[in-house]
Amino acid sequence: MPKNHDVLFRTLADPTRRAIFERLCREGEQTVGALTARARVSQPAVSKHLGVLKQAGLVRDRQEGRQIHYSAQLSALAPLIDWTSRMAGFWESRFDKLEDLLKRMDQ
Amino acid sequence: MNTTTETRSVVVERDIRHPPEKLWRALTQPHLIEEWLMKNDFKAVVGHRFNLRGEWGGVLDCEVLEIEPNRTLSYTWNFAHDDPAYNMQSVVTFTLTPKGAGTHLRMEQAGFRPDQKQAFGGAKAGWEQFFTKLEQVVGRAQ
Repeated sequence: MPKNHDVLFRTLADPTRRAIFERLCREGEQTVGALTARARVSQPAVSKHLGVLKQAGLVRDRQEGRQIHYSAQLSALAPLIDWTSRMAGFWESRFDKLEDLLKRMDQ
Repeated sequence: MNTTTETRSVVVERDIRHPPEKLWRALTQPHLIEEWLMKNDFKAVVGHRFNLRGEWGGVLDCEVLEIEPNRTLSYTWNFAHDDPAYNMQSVVTFTLTPKGAGTHLRMEQAGFRPDQKQAFGGAKAGWEQFFTKLEQVVGRAQ
């Protein structure tokens, strides 16, 4: 799979980080404080997750006064939503299983 | 109504260290297909209609289009879904070419499906499903 897929998969594989991202998708722009209030982790942990999401291009931040507001960047998911990329990933993983099976068929 | 359609295809190729005859068995015997692809009621008969059942609960409607033993296998791969972003009509073709002691395997999936724009923007209902699928992919990758 192309590199940008790996980054997206790795970024979203963490359940806490994914929950933060999903909330931004569902509810729109929010501050770290608002996100922390409903996360089961500390504010520094939420900030760290937001940093990782930002690096992957999945969120964008915007300073307003003392507050930083975060919003989801759905366009960053385009490579995953794209049908051809999704199916290519699917077949690659199935071919791995196929090769495992062929090895076992030797016995 | 926007009726834009688009044809796309995915090609995945791999050199397999096993002869075509053996690979053919893995591609055409139901109990073997199940081991690497999905549960199925496949029969190597042109015109045979069958289902592939994914572990996520999805069912694909398929029909055998072409069979040339040890060389070519082709079937339709259709997935009906209310959300057009997941709806899919496609044809999967496996081509086996002997290469040394092994086989060059080529899979082409040619898809014919509606424009995908609906997956973006306001279509938030699809997110949950999308993440479920993503989790499965990530799970497999580990």
